[in-house]
Amino acid sequence: MKLFPVRGGIHPEYRKERTAEQAIVTLPMPAALYIPLQQHIGAASEAIVAAGDSVKKGQVIAKSGGVVSAAAHAPTSGLVVAVTEVTAPHASGLPLITIIIEPDGKDEWADDLPAPIADPFAADSKVIRDRVAASGIVGMGGAAFPSAVKLNLGTQHKLQTLLINGAECEPYLTCDDRVMREFADEVIDGARIMAHALGAPNIVIGIETNKPAAIEAMGKAAAAHTNITVVGVPVQYPMGSERHLVQAITGLETPARKLTADLGVVVHNVATARAVHKAVRLGQPLVRRVITVSGGAVARPSNVEVPLGTMVADLVAFCGGFTQPPRRVVNGGPMMGQPLPSLEVPVVKGMSGILGLTTEETGEEPAKPCIRCGTCVTICPCGLVPVEMARFIKHDRLDDAAKWGVTDCVSCGSCSYVCPSHIPLVHYFNYAKGALSAADRERRRLDTIKGLVENHNARIEKQQAAKKAAAAAAAAAKAQAAQASTTDDDKANA
Amino acid sequence: MLLDVGSLAVMGVTLGAVLGTAAKLLAVPTNPLEDELQALLPGSQCGQCGFVGCSQYAAALAKGDTPITLCAPGGKGTIEALAKKLGVEANADDHEEQAPQHAHIKEDLCIGCLRCVQECTSDAIVGANKQLHTIIVDQCHGCAKCFKVCPTEAIEMCTVPVTMAAWHWGKPQSEPAHH
Repeated sequence: MKLFPVRGGIHPEYRKERTAEQAIVTLPMPAALYIPLQQHIGAASEAIVAAGDSVKKGQVIAKSGGVVSAAAHAPTSGLVVAVTEVTAPHASGLPLITIIIEPDGKDEWADDLPAPIADPFAADSKVIRDRVAASGIVGMGGAAFPSAVKLNLGTQHKLQTLLINGAECEPYLTCDDRVMREFADEVIDGARIMAHALGAPNIVIGIETNKPAAIEAMGKAAAAHTNITVVGVPVQYPMGSERHLVQAITGLETPARKLTADLGVVVHNVATARAVHKAVRLGQPLVRRVITVSGGAVARPSNVEVPLGTMVADLVAFCGGFTQPPRRVVNGGPMMGQPLPSLEVPVVKGMSGILGLTTEETGEEPAKPCIRCGTCVTICPCGLVPVEMARFIKHDRLDDAAKWGVTDCVSCGSCSYVCPSHIPLVHYFNYAKGALSAADRERRRLDTIKGLVENHNARIEKQQAAKKAAAAAAAAAKAQAAQASTTDDDKANA
Repeated sequence: MLLDVGSLAVMGVTLGAVLGTAAKLLAVPTNPLEDELQALLPGSQCGQCGFVGCSQYAAALAKGDTPITLCAPGGKGTIEALAKKLGVEANADDHEEQAPQHAHIKEDLCIGCLRCVQECTSDAIVGANKQLHTIIVDQCHGCAKCFKVCPTEAIEMCTVPVTMAAWHWGKPQSEPAHH
């Protein structure tokens, strides 16, 4: 298959060898599981269990809270001990309402799991979408966007290709690699089901060429299907970014503020495909995931399959704990991952890695003046000008930064990585994007209130006018009545 | 033909001159800047700036005899927009950025007197006579007018909590010396 060049990007040390050759291990059931009601982009889900309820594995414990939302299921059988606030696995350290389950050790599936769909390729695409939605599946590459909503794209767009993202371009992370090697058949089956639901005739599986074993395993599993192509894509960070992978495969650049679906391509992660396979073929909702635990501070780096809701502290302890206090504990990869506020946060659906990074690995240095070398401009995979945008943001000129396209930045962090002056460029852009969208939300809120005030004032005016008219009418009636009575008097007198 | 064109031209010139002079002589003095400034203000007429409403504040701003930092619901964004329009420095340092607020009614103290409902400019309070009142938080812009009239102190002003969806990274602290 012919590949197309993608501009920019970097080649960091991959450091995947620490975990890539070890088979996935299963975490023993922890003493307690913490299921936050917001593990996805969109509206929070709504708890439908309360403290004291006993639950079975796979039972719905929180229902979807809107169109873009996802249900949550009990990852094992046990007792709900509380529904309360727990620190979220998020850089903000803010709390989220969380369902706490004490496992009973039996790990019994619920009796009323949805029945497997015998022949998904004969089923209507809506049946598949509904099953994916009911199973609480979200994008497992990290974005955690509800997958059923993304599978809906086929109803509005003419799609040619389902692109399965096995690029895994972040250093350290190998969970997708291991899933492709060990569960290739499940991933391929899930991908075929999703392609059917999307109405996409072709499936392309993009894997960076630094994962030859995964390419081979997937190639073997896909051999029987003529519409599936397994492609080795160049090792070039950020190849795993949806837009860039699409560009490498199709040669088309996704326009700003458009979707890849506008180009006829929908991208899903390999772990998501496997979750869809389980939901459709076995009726099992998303209750577990594979996660890479790595970094220089971790005693035994591994890929671990964990029940969702496991405390990160339990997971790290299972991997031998830390050999030295980590400089940073990161949720995700070292390029785009976000620092965790503490280890006392739960594993969620979109968490692909936990890294305990040492001081040498984080390599933080104080920022020095910009020498305008232009390296950030050369490597920006989105074709932006980081040096100019950062200068505007530094001087609080966010609107100018927006004009230079800061909202099109995908936060891949390549600019920060190459900057010889160690300027925290991507931090500037994350700040600017957050501040701009907050200002936008505030403006919309004030506009709504302005409308409400105008309605209110118009109504009050109308009421006052009506009152005045009524008073005038009453006065007129009175006058008329008085006149009538005088006329009557006159008549009587006459 | 020439007569027609000539007479129409003469009429045109004369009437044009009359209208032009009238417009000059009888002009109502308005400052277009006022309207532009008013468009930048939230328009919720909350009166927190000390003026009766947004248009009065806009008029004062246009005259240039009042600070641009008085609008509480507008926050930093409004200050910056006003500064840009007026060509002055957006000195938000002396303006304490106040987190957005909303009113909340303590249910056990509300007597259902409807005073707050009558004060509310954005219809954010629901209630009926001798019935418990409540605030629709999404519609409340935090002007605190209801807070001031409540006879039983049943209304409190709360800070709108920061949610994870609204949270974002702050500006980097370790800035390069020259850039």
